[in-house]
Amino acid sequence: MKRNAAAWMLAAPALFALGLFFFLPIAAALLLSFTDFDLYALADLGNLRFVGLGNYLTLLRTPLFGKALGNTIEFVVIGVPLSIATSLGAALMINSRLARFKPLFRTIFFAPVVTTIVAVAVIWRYLFNTQFGLINWALGLIGLGPVNWLGDPHWAMPAIVIFAVWKNFGYNMIILLAGLQAIPDELYEAARIDGAGPAAQFRHVTMPALAPVMLVVSILTMAAYFQLFAEPYVMTQGGPVQSTTSILYLMFTQGFEFWNLGYATAVAFVLFAILFALTLVQLRLSRRWSDR
Amino acid sequence: MKRQKILVNASMWLLGLFAVAPLLWMVSVSLMQPGEAAHFPPPLLPAHPTLQNYVILFATTDMARFFLNSLILATLASVISTSFNVMAGYAFAKLEFRGRDALFRWLLAALVIPAQVAMIPLFLLCKELGLVNSYAGVLVPSIATVFGIFLVRQYALAIPDELLEAARIDGAGEWRIFRSIALPALTPILVTLATFAFLASWSDFLWPLIILNDTDMQTLPVALANLAREHVQDIELMMAGAVITLAPVLLLFLMVQRYYLSGLLAGSIKG
Amino acid sequence: MIPRQALTIAVALLLGSCAKSGGVTLTVWAMGAEGAAIGQLIPAFEKANPDIHVDVEQIPFTEAHQKLLTGFAGGSLPDMAQLGNSWLPEFEALSALQPLDDRVAQTPVIDPADYFPGIWDASRIDGQLYGVPWYVDTRLLFYRRDLLKRVGFDHPPKDWAEWRRQMIAIKHLVGPGRYAALLPLNEYEPLEVLGLQQAEPMVTADAHGNFESPGFRRALAFYLETIRSGLAPAVANTEIANLWDQFDRGDFSFYITGPWQLGEFARRIPPARQAEWSTAPMPGPDGPGTSNAGGSSLVIFRKSEHQEAAWKLIAYLSRPAIELQFHRLTGDLPPRRSAWRAPELAGDPKAQAFAVQLRRVEPTPKVPEWEAIATMMRTVTEAAAHNRMPVDAVAAELDRRADAILAKRRWMLAREKTATVSGGAGRS
Repeated sequence: MKRNAAAWMLAAPALFALGLFFFLPIAAALLLSFTDFDLYALADLGNLRFVGLGNYLTLLRTPLFGKALGNTIEFVVIGVPLSIATSLGAALMINSRLARFKPLFRTIFFAPVVTTIVAVAVIWRYLFNTQFGLINWALGLIGLGPVNWLGDPHWAMPAIVIFAVWKNFGYNMIILLAGLQAIPDELYEAARIDGAGPAAQFRHVTMPALAPVMLVVSILTMAAYFQLFAEPYVMTQGGPVQSTTSILYLMFTQGFEFWNLGYATAVAFVLFAILFALTLVQLRLSRRWSDR
Repeated sequence: MKRQKILVNASMWLLGLFAVAPLLWMVSVSLMQPGEAAHFPPPLLPAHPTLQNYVILFATTDMARFFLNSLILATLASVISTSFNVMAGYAFAKLEFRGRDALFRWLLAALVIPAQVAMIPLFLLCKELGLVNSYAGVLVPSIATVFGIFLVRQYALAIPDELLEAARIDGAGEWRIFRSIALPALTPILVTLATFAFLASWSDFLWPLIILNDTDMQTLPVALANLAREHVQDIELMMAGAVITLAPVLLLFLMVQRYYLSGLLAGSIKG
Repeated sequence: MIPRQALTIAVALLLGSCAKSGGVTLTVWAMGAEGAAIGQLIPAFEKANPDIHVDVEQIPFTEAHQKLLTGFAGGSLPDMAQLGNSWLPEFEALSALQPLDDRVAQTPVIDPADYFPGIWDASRIDGQLYGVPWYVDTRLLFYRRDLLKRVGFDHPPKDWAEWRRQMIAIKHLVGPGRYAALLPLNEYEPLEVLGLQQAEPMVTADAHGNFESPGFRRALAFYLETIRSGLAPAVANTEIANLWDQFDRGDFSFYITGPWQLGEFARRIPPARQAEWSTAPMPGPDGPGTSNAGGSSLVIFRKSEHQEAAWKLIAYLSRPAIELQFHRLTGDLPPRRSAWRAPELAGDPKAQAFAVQLRRVEPTPKVPEWEAIATMMRTVTEAAAHNRMPVDAVAAELDRRADAILAKRRWMLAREKTATVSGGAGRS
């Protein structure tokens, strides 16, 4: 079976790399999560204790984990709809026959996606500066008081949401744009003949046709937003008062600053379990909805 | 109709402004005198533009070195990742082998796993392999990616089977078919993949932060993050650092955007 | 194929020749401004020791802890490093540090009696010396003399009660929107210092949190009251756009900080207004108070293969003259009393407050978990500053979390004890 051999030869390098550098560490992480690996164990492996589900139980009782989970959920609940709405809006604009300079705007809308997150987080940290930031200055122009974006525990996460939406909306825009462009014009014609205005056309032609694409976009965006890390790391160091500590940020600080590896890997797997469950739920809901 | 047209275009300009204003402001501040930006109302344009911040950056930090590190690593990651991924993606798309589809489904499931989960044990593994504090160590997670394989496979599915069959009948070996038929057909997605890998490697900062210990091996994002945490007050300097970090990726994007965007499209929609 | 082989050989030759150019390359990690300054002291050392080449790597303070631990885990630690005193117990627990008592005994230049006792003690753990103090850091009051005079005080506070009175008076003077003191919520040092001033330690010998002791509760109450009553703003230091500007404008009149600010204040406050501020040792609950025995020591890592050369560098840097030179470069304060006799330090009243304070310093609890506990303390008190939780409840929460952090240590201590009891090599 020369073809079989060739297939393996072509696929093997990537599979080997993935196996050794991705799947093996994941399995090791799972094992680690059942131990209390920490600084003492780092010094001497004899100090390692097997604790079974101990880390997971501790997690559930640690206020900080609950806070991190809450923060992450807050980010997802506010950020995902906002992000998709912005992307949809952008896609509709680009797709519209009335719009001019479309290629230029498509590029402009996508540009934030390719930026290095560290660099733009530094920019936005200063845009959010209470005294000298552009955002508070713009708010002041329309009569709204200065907001202590990165210093007030209530506003820090919304600030991060705004930043994340800015950075990512271009990506989903492209996907939604493709979906929009795939909708046949005849459907719109038919609706127009029936007397439907733009809003009705949107509700009865666009949205139903976009439903499958929207599902993909929402699953991907949700999964991505649950993995919030870089923004809190650069902009707020998880503060103020840990209001922007996300699950992965917690994992990072526990893992690499304090080397509580057992605890940190348990955090990571809880996140994975959540993502997995949510994806399944979304898929099942969509199937039931489309069956109706 | 006219009102609608104005509405649509005005919204587009507004959103465009939202998208690009931070980047324009970054450039503007990087040309300001030190301390100029910390005023109210915040200045939009420098009063006396100066390149001083860039000079200070290159003179007092190892910016040039960091830039070079990032460039070398991103290029290597791009080349290696694209090669590994294209071979595997083609194999998954067009070559039959036992367990192919089941294996691919498992790989897809892995997309849900956050990469950070693997980082800690991967670090320990790299330590055993002696890869800590080396370029090789930095490249290790980028060698092959599930997303890359997925993209290539999606695109490769479109290669007509008849073409490949005809070549086989003519007696060509699989490797030859891959090189002379598949690769040319996959060129657009290769560009996308290479660009994607370059951008991902250039912007990656958590892994390089962990695996590299020597300051002079640092990449730009790590250096910039350090700079930002140390110099909370020197905003003009940091903006200059941000410009240096962003300029290459934005330029690259502008150059290949047509291929890049259509490639992403193709991969995300089909299947 | 051939070009690649040639390249490999060439590279190998090049690397080989580098190492063999006679002698030793010493790797040193230094943090912050000290990292830059040490680079300037190296050339003279290298000239005196031609067979030693020193390679200094500068690491930002914010990354240092993580880098050091990652370096330990990855086996890529340098030969020696500048290590903060509060981190010494951690690295000693990892068995990462080389004990230095023997070397000190054989090196007359390093005279333990010449060091401030509290500082020398900070580098000793379980009776062994693990680092040679290099520069000291302690926290005390930077304050606005002129504003204090305006409200009727011609001297800095001698104890908490007087301090509280002075803060109230100043707050009354400056009005709303401005404050008497700045106690940034993301700095744990102010509360840590207040805690060190108490008789009870913050962590007991058997690895339990001791935040519910009467002494710490008193410190916590003083700290929280100051913020909650509006004498100090409930902000992090990242929200202060320009510290020196705002100090100069009178937005706050007391700030607890360290020696590096001597230089910053001198530079960033207009020359005409330099007389308006000064420094003073910390007031304690009932009189002059202690402060933390901070700073950094020079340590040699156990796995280093160049310990002899590393010690030579440490001995060189510990000479009073070199310490003074280092002080001129960085503003950091020398740990040796003889260095303090130099006119620039003896004649500078603002620096003299530090000399006085250094005679009353206490090291932070010498447990590896202290960094985690201090960080936890910071987050709990940060939240408490924003809400109305009673002091006793805050203290109880601190103890609860500290106990959790220390759980492993208690297990290890218990294991050691059973090992000793069951006839293992006894440790008296």
